Amino acid sequence: MSASSETLQTLRSLARESYKYGFITEIDAEAAPPGLTEDTVRFISAKKEEPAWLLEWRLAAFRAWCGMAQPDWAKLQLTPIDYQAATYYSAPRQSAGPKSIDEVDPELLRTYEKLGIPLREREILAGVAVDAVFDSISVATTFKEQLGELGIIFCSMGEAVREHPELVRKYLGTVVPQNDNFFAALNSAVFSDGSFAYVPPGVRCPMELSTYFRINAAKTGQFERTLLIADAGAYVSYLEGCTAPQRDENQLHAAVVELIAHEDAQVKYSTVQNWYPGDAEGRGGIYNFVTKRGACRGARSKISWTQVETGSAITWKYPSCVLEGDHSVGEFYSVAITNNRQQADTGTKMIHIGSDTRSTIVSKGISAGRGQNTYRGLVRVQPRARGARNHTQCDSLLIGERCGAHTVPYIEVRNPSARVEHEATASRISEEQLFYCRQRGLTTEDAISLIVNGFCREVLKELPMEFAVEAQKLLAVSLEGSVG
Amino acid sequence: MLEVTNLHARLNDGREILRGIDLSVKAGEVHAIMGPNGSGKSTLAAVLAGREGYEVSEGSVSYLGRDLLVMPADERAREGLFLAFQYPIEIPGVNNMYFLRTALNAQRRHRGEPELDAGQFLRIVRARLKLLDIGEDLLQRAVNVGFSGGEKKRNEILQMAMLEPRLAILDETDSGLDIDALKLVARGVNEQRSPERAIVVITHYQRLLDYVEPDRVHVLQRGRIIQSGDKALAVELERRGYGAAEEAA
Ligand SMILES: Nc1ncnc2c1ncn2[C@@H]1O[C@H](COP(=O)(O)OP(=O)(O)OP(=O)(O)O)[C@@H](O)[C@H]1O
Ligand SMILES: [Mg+2]
Repeated sequence: MSASSETLQTLRSLARESYKYGFITEIDAEAAPPGLTEDTVRFISAKKEEPAWLLEWRLAAFRAWCGMAQPDWAKLQLTPIDYQAATYYSAPRQSAGPKSIDEVDPELLRTYEKLGIPLREREILAGVAVDAVFDSISVATTFKEQLGELGIIFCSMGEAVREHPELVRKYLGTVVPQNDNFFAALNSAVFSDGSFAYVPPGVRCPMELSTYFRINAAKTGQFERTLLIADAGAYVSYLEGCTAPQRDENQLHAAVVELIAHEDAQVKYSTVQNWYPGDAEGRGGIYNFVTKRGACRGARSKISWTQVETGSAITWKYPSCVLEGDHSVGEFYSVAITNNRQQADTGTKMIHIGSDTRSTIVSKGISAGRGQNTYRGLVRVQPRARGARNHTQCDSLLIGERCGAHTVPYIEVRNPSARVEHEATASRISEEQLFYCRQRGLTTEDAISLIVNGFCREVLKELPMEFAVEAQKLLAVSLEGSVG
Repeated sequence: MLEVTNLHARLNDGREILRGIDLSVKAGEVHAIMGPNGSGKSTLAAVLAGREGYEVSEGSVSYLGRDLLVMPADERAREGLFLAFQYPIEIPGVNNMYFLRTALNAQRRHRGEPELDAGQFLRIVRARLKLLDIGEDLLQRAVNVGFSGGEKKRNEILQMAMLEPRLAILDETDSGLDIDALKLVARGVNEQRSPERAIVVITHYQRLLDYVEPDRVHVLQRGRIIQSGDKALAVELERRGYGAAEEAA
């Protein structure tokens, strides 16, 4: 073996090992038999002891899904997914749900610790309310009492269905209907768990609400369903972080997130996604098909999405805002990194319906290795949206020669008073910048990480403080080995 | 400290830019390198700092007794070699203070010294800012982005003052400065002068040398040092131009 091919092999094996969260927790799981039929849907609903209306709702979604085809318009190359081979329900075997954190399986807690989320410490120190989703069931919800005093509901979706059925029934599927798209229909039919939050009128949620998703059982698709409602004048900031253990088969993830902001309400939703991206050759990794949408229902409401997408083999994700209320505001701040063979097709939709609605889109795409990064964004101004304004800024950064960046903006303006601006840039990390940093003593990798963090600054500064630090580290990890 | 022997370097296209440079700089000394545009001054600085894109075809460089040419650029920097760029580079979105602290801590780690936290760093940097008469707002901006020509040069000097290199090469740090700024830059340089350190200033103007007294002055012409002397040489060059130096050589 020549020296250079040996070096390459070493590098590859390093790359393969470098996913720090690649461990599997050994816990008995209770799973539905593989495959997807009406019976699967009934099994899930029965397991969760759901009311009849919800079963009907799921079945309607399932029937819609049967008549739909997986969309193929995104710039993604993927191996066909066998929906009949996946398992659609898996729950850690545990009698009743834990009443307090002390009842949680210690093995689970250790898993979270490896992920850097010691629940106990969070509970005591950080003041973050964590609703941790382990595979399909929510295992621990902290801070519930303190939130309860303010009338804030924060719990798992399953619990919300049991304890607050009227709220769930009123809002579920009103932003992302069951038949919205192939993946949303699939999610609606088989969703397992997720988070639910309701902030009552005039209440400012005093802490960041946070969920850590984690995919554990082999071949288990993860179908989270999240619903957040900020009633009139309320404010809530929600953090979502995700990790998945390392596996060779592609795992399907199709989540749905619905946000609702009433008059003068604000919802801030932040995601740091670092699911397993597959190895350097593109084997394994999560397929992430997510539908996230927020409705600014009331006047002067505001919904703001911030995402840092560093993981997954495939990312298909367009967090969107439907700006119904007059003077409502939608924001989308995004960093998407693709390294090795990762592919991301991500962006947003801003639908201006009310008058004087405003939207801001800032997208930073970074491609390295053989990564492919597509920004796909729609700005639509409806006839009634007098004075609507949008500003879109879309920047791509390329590292190396074999990666790609693509920008696909769709702009539809049906009101002449609207102002829509789109700016796009593409650049490479220059040899001069690298040399300048190295001349000051930084290693090449530190220099790249510094330059990339600078490139993403406008987005990172939108993240809550502790999340921003984590995101910066992730950016560095994701780009390891991107320059040889 | 620095021993350059018969150094030849060429570009990727084969064009030879450095054609046999000999230069010996001892600790405690200040050397000035002068010479017409395009003679190879910046190329010499780049090759010494380890920039890619140049091939050393002949000769050797020893730095603190080590073979400089086998060290990667970042290691040279951590070993105390500093280059003030003729055209400092912009890094959008990267806070200038953060950049400086990251660089300083990289070097401190290398030397086995504890890293400085934001507070400790701020205390040290404030003192230097005062010395160089630089406003604190410069630290809060992105590295070199939107800096005026003079601000960029001062920022390079600030970096030098913070990193405290063993060998500093200043590539036309005096160009484009007003007279007050020139004095400040000179003050920054003189501040660094010490028996353990050496400084090489590349300049077109004798004016800087009025404030920073050099031990040796060299004339670089078409990739070779054609003449060396003391401070008087700079005065003469200023008066008679490089043509005379070439004839004399
Ligand atoms: N990377 C490069 N690519 C192409 N040409 C180069 C490169 N580096 C140096 N040169 C060429 O080498 C020659 C010497 O350039 P250099 O920048 O070293 O000159 P200098 O003495 O610093 O000039 P000045 O006083 O104008 O700064 C010039 O002809 C220049 O165009
Ligand atoms: Mg030059």
